Amino acid sequence: MLKDITIGQFFPGNSLIHRLDSRFKIIMDIAYVVMLFLTSNYIGLAAAGLFMILIYVMSGVGLGLVFKSLRPIMPLIAITCILNLFFIKGDGEPLVNLWGFITIYTEGITTSVFMAVRIMFLIIGMSLLTYTTSPIALTDAIERLLSPLKKLHFPVHELAMMMTIALRFIPTLIEETDKIMAAQKARGANLDTGGLIKKAKALIPVLIPLFVSAFKRANELALAMECRCYRGGEGRTRMKQLHSGAKDYIALLIMALMIAELVLLNIYVPYLGIPYITP
Amino acid sequence: MNIIELKNITYKYSVGTPFEAVAVDNVTLTVEKGEFCGIIGHTGSGKSTLIQHLNGLVKPTLGEVYIDGQNIWSKDTDIREIRFKAGLVFQYSEHQLFEESVYKDIAYGPKNMGLSEEETDKRVHYAAQSMGIGDELLERSPFDLSGGQKRRVALAGVIAMEPEILILDEPAAGLDPIGRESVLSRISDYHKKNGTTILLVSHSMEDIVKYAEKVLVMNKGKVFCHAPTDEVFARQDEIVGIGLDVPQITKVTMKLKEKGIDLGSDIYTVERAKERILQYKAKGSIC
Ligand SMILES: Nc1ncnc2c1ncn2[C@@H]1O[C@H](COP(=O)(O)OP(=O)(O)O)[C@@H](O)[C@H]1O
Ligand SMILES: [Mg+2]
Repeated sequence: MLKDITIGQFFPGNSLIHRLDSRFKIIMDIAYVVMLFLTSNYIGLAAAGLFMILIYVMSGVGLGLVFKSLRPIMPLIAITCILNLFFIKGDGEPLVNLWGFITIYTEGITTSVFMAVRIMFLIIGMSLLTYTTSPIALTDAIERLLSPLKKLHFPVHELAMMMTIALRFIPTLIEETDKIMAAQKARGANLDTGGLIKKAKALIPVLIPLFVSAFKRANELALAMECRCYRGGEGRTRMKQLHSGAKDYIALLIMALMIAELVLLNIYVPYLGIPYITP
Repeated sequence: MNIIELKNITYKYSVGTPFEAVAVDNVTLTVEKGEFCGIIGHTGSGKSTLIQHLNGLVKPTLGEVYIDGQNIWSKDTDIREIRFKAGLVFQYSEHQLFEESVYKDIAYGPKNMGLSEEETDKRVHYAAQSMGIGDELLERSPFDLSGGQKRRVALAGVIAMEPEILILDEPAAGLDPIGRESVLSRISDYHKKNGTTILLVSHSMEDIVKYAEKVLVMNKGKVFCHAPTDEVFARQDEIVGIGLDVPQITKVTMKLKEKGIDLGSDIYTVERAKERILQYKAKGSIC
């Protein structure tokens, strides 16, 4: 079922990770991505992985979820692996040589494993941001982080509001899609078999009701907001202010140390490095 | 003959996430052919989940489902055949309408069955008529109809498949009293005329006792009882005990009983109450 998709979902909790300031979490999430791309050897990758697992354990989000979040991107990982496996040429003799044009080198294997693990770590680690941060806190943080752009007349508040609303309605829309699909299946709709065109046609009975209700909902929401005198970001205050404290700065410091450590590893342990992956 | 047989059905939502929840808990149930069974229970008691097992929309985590003697999850069962046999109308079924005309929308099910134009046409007209949709509405857009009309079009869309079992999830929810009556009495008439097995989920005890022959009471994912209406109401204290409502007239007779006027504990319609009160008076007691 569609409902089993967990990427972007929020799992309420009260762990230290949940309580970190969401602005810091976004910055650390970006830093984590940078860190993964800086790493070019196995020790660094393992260190990044351990770091990530540690944070997961602290957050109390079940590790079973992690694998669920990976499932939708498995095809992407597979393609990356295959491309690297066949197209990377090493210096020595190829391990496998089929008719001279399909060749696999040791370097190809190591690179594709490295890439696959890196993508997995990337997705798993980044998912943690939404798993542990409520959508409201997330968009608040984005609004605050982007607020310098207001000087350039960039509609930061409006953008954040749109994101909040979109995030808020994703689960609703998914639930609704599930319901409408079930209702049409009950009338004998065949949504799973047939060629591409047939499948696309079979989706019409799902999409039309979905659009109808989404527009209706948008209309009602706009009316409800106007009734409560919403008129944009000008002079608007918040009920819940974001607060940063010692724990947030400490977390940021740990993150910086991690990056520094990985860069040092790259420099001083180059013999474990992977050719073709340069930071 | 039992047209529906459920054997130890358990269903869990979102297995393996923090949201895991048991919606249906070890339910064993049989429904006879031609039965009009009312299903009642609190919100969240698992009614909707249970009925989605009957046409294979959800697969039980544990247990077996037999429709017409056929295990619907065995390899050689075509699940679409089961869906045509057990027609399911969802709650707020008007949300499923999508065609440009009422006629086409009702014809969607029969078309999926692969019926001929002629047969489809016959069924669409019969279904529309059963649900009180006049010919003049058939060419209108379903989106231009009133709420009650839309609901009846959606019902007709399933009835047009002429299923042997018609399962309705709160078909009257959210309608005004006239709309409710017009939907429910038409379902009842359809049952009488065609002898279709009907499962009707409802919040309202009044609706259930008015139309159903048997009642299935669900409580926290379990079957609390499944018996003829009389027997179920003989246990009215227990029903009130699990927090369900009883018809207003039953409330009155329960209060009367507390005051020492026992009219019997199987009263759930005004007619029967009237009968009993007259009997009671004839015996020369107070009142
Ligand atoms: N799609 C779903 N995902 C997760 N839990 C659900 C879902 N649908 C229902 N539930 C849960 O299953 C239980 C039974 O729900 P449901 O069958 O809809 O009850 P009813 O129809 O009697 O109100 C409830 O506790 C509900 O929270
Ligand atoms: Mg329900």
